[in-house]
Amino acid sequence: MKKLLLATALIAVSGAALAESHGQTVRLGTEGAYPPFNFINDAGEIAGFEREVGDELCARAELTCEWVTNEWDSIIPNLQSGNYDVIIAGMSITKERDEVIDFSQNYFPPAASAYVALTADADLKGTVSAQVSTIQAGYVAESGATLLEFATPDESVAAVRNGEAVAVFADKDFLAPIVAESNGELMFVGEPVQLGGGVGLGLRESDTELKDKLNAAIQSMKDDGSLNALIEKHFGPETAKF
Amino acid sequence: MFAACADPKAIEGLTWAACYLTSGKHLDFYWSFVTVLMLLAITAPAALAMGFAGATAARSRFLPLSLLGKAYAAIVRGVPDIVFFLFFVIALDQGIEWMKHQIVCPDWTEPVRQGLEFRVCPQAKVPLGSSSAIWHQAYGFGLAVFTFAIVFGAFAANVLYGAMSAVPRSQLETAEAYGMSQGQVFRRILVPQMWVYALPGLSNLWMILIKATPLLFLLGVKDIVYWARELGGSKTQAYEYPHPDWRLWYFLGLLVFYLLFTKVSEIVLARLSARLSHGQATAAGEAMRKVAA
Repeated sequence: MKKLLLATALIAVSGAALAESHGQTVRLGTEGAYPPFNFINDAGEIAGFEREVGDELCARAELTCEWVTNEWDSIIPNLQSGNYDVIIAGMSITKERDEVIDFSQNYFPPAASAYVALTADADLKGTVSAQVSTIQAGYVAESGATLLEFATPDESVAAVRNGEAVAVFADKDFLAPIVAESNGELMFVGEPVQLGGGVGLGLRESDTELKDKLNAAIQSMKDDGSLNALIEKHFGPETAKF
Repeated sequence: MFAACADPKAIEGLTWAACYLTSGKHLDFYWSFVTVLMLLAITAPAALAMGFAGATAARSRFLPLSLLGKAYAAIVRGVPDIVFFLFFVIALDQGIEWMKHQIVCPDWTEPVRQGLEFRVCPQAKVPLGSSSAIWHQAYGFGLAVFTFAIVFGAFAANVLYGAMSAVPRSQLETAEAYGMSQGQVFRRILVPQMWVYALPGLSNLWMILIKATPLLFLLGVKDIVYWARELGGSKTQAYEYPHPDWRLWYFLGLLVFYLLFTKVSEIVLARLSARLSHGQATAAGEAMRKVAA
């Protein structure tokens, strides 16, 4: 038993030494199903706006970063239990979330959410689909419509196509390419709604040092215009910028 | 993968399909079949071993051991699988990290639990934050195998316990009359004869285990169902191979895979059953003897 403990301790200590020699590694957790924010491209790698922002932020903050994907629904609990250190998944800054985790300053300006339906006269007080645990789902629930929740954003759109829901309510920037490529099948309905305080990085409340580093990196990207350039590259010229 | 696939949006027809089906993401999908098969190949014997240990313990004449074996089967069988996979795995993961934390960072002053956060020192993470993705995957896979083995082991324990009790007492008595010790009776008579009684129950478990593999995704292992959903979802121009909602086709593919797999299993299990019945003092064994005679 003593030998076993000793061996475990030795392995652990050598592992620790290895970790220190590599500097701090920060694990970035994303959903990988929310184009153009983040998605898994056809090579099987995480890609999109947040991939480029994240890599650039890590370079500026001089951190070694590793990307991890996680289901949207359990993305906050897994941050808290330490499976990764940062959430970078198109997560809007809201008061409710701010009570359980911390946010960096936003790297994507407060954006509009919109309804998409098959017909222009769709009843937005009918059955409306949204992704589970999003600000959009919260908004729909309070709007008096019947909320139909899905695990992934793609499924919430598919629900409209197959008639399960009358409309889908999601980030306008996520829906825009889908509507544009649907050959007129899908259309925006009603007025866009301004929700949330922009998209920020989610961090554990105890990780103040990492938060400061990333905040500084975001500020420097805002200052030299490289963040705006990335927003325009992934979301088109009409999107709100800083 | 191929040179012709360099610009997917310019090609069409068969070339497009060939390029699409060999994209990096699809290769990941094909690998996930290997992951699932590997999980089954490791979990089935592990669960059987757990079950054997549980059943043997439950039959023990030493009361605490017998209670332990019975409690294991009763508790694990009573808890819903999904609770086990969500709760137990997190508790196990945090338990391992907490123990490592005690050994590696004795000088750490901050509390490990801060509100909802679980925070051990960075050196105590398992695997370390700096280790490559493959270790994180292997660790997740290991946790999955362990959890599956515990859950299915409890069911197997119950099946094997029943099978051990079903071996006719006269068989054991005869062995005792030949002067065999308790251990010898167990090894030479009881265990070889119980399999034929255990097989129907174990084959059920095997089928259920095959169908339970999609629970892998709850444990962060990307299995075939995850990839089918991911690949089948409609894809915009942001992807190299845009396409509409094809989930139906991917899930049909999975349906065929699972049906074929369970069919093959059935054939193998039927053969195994015939083989085990051979020469046994059961109705099936008797029927075989009559046909041969």
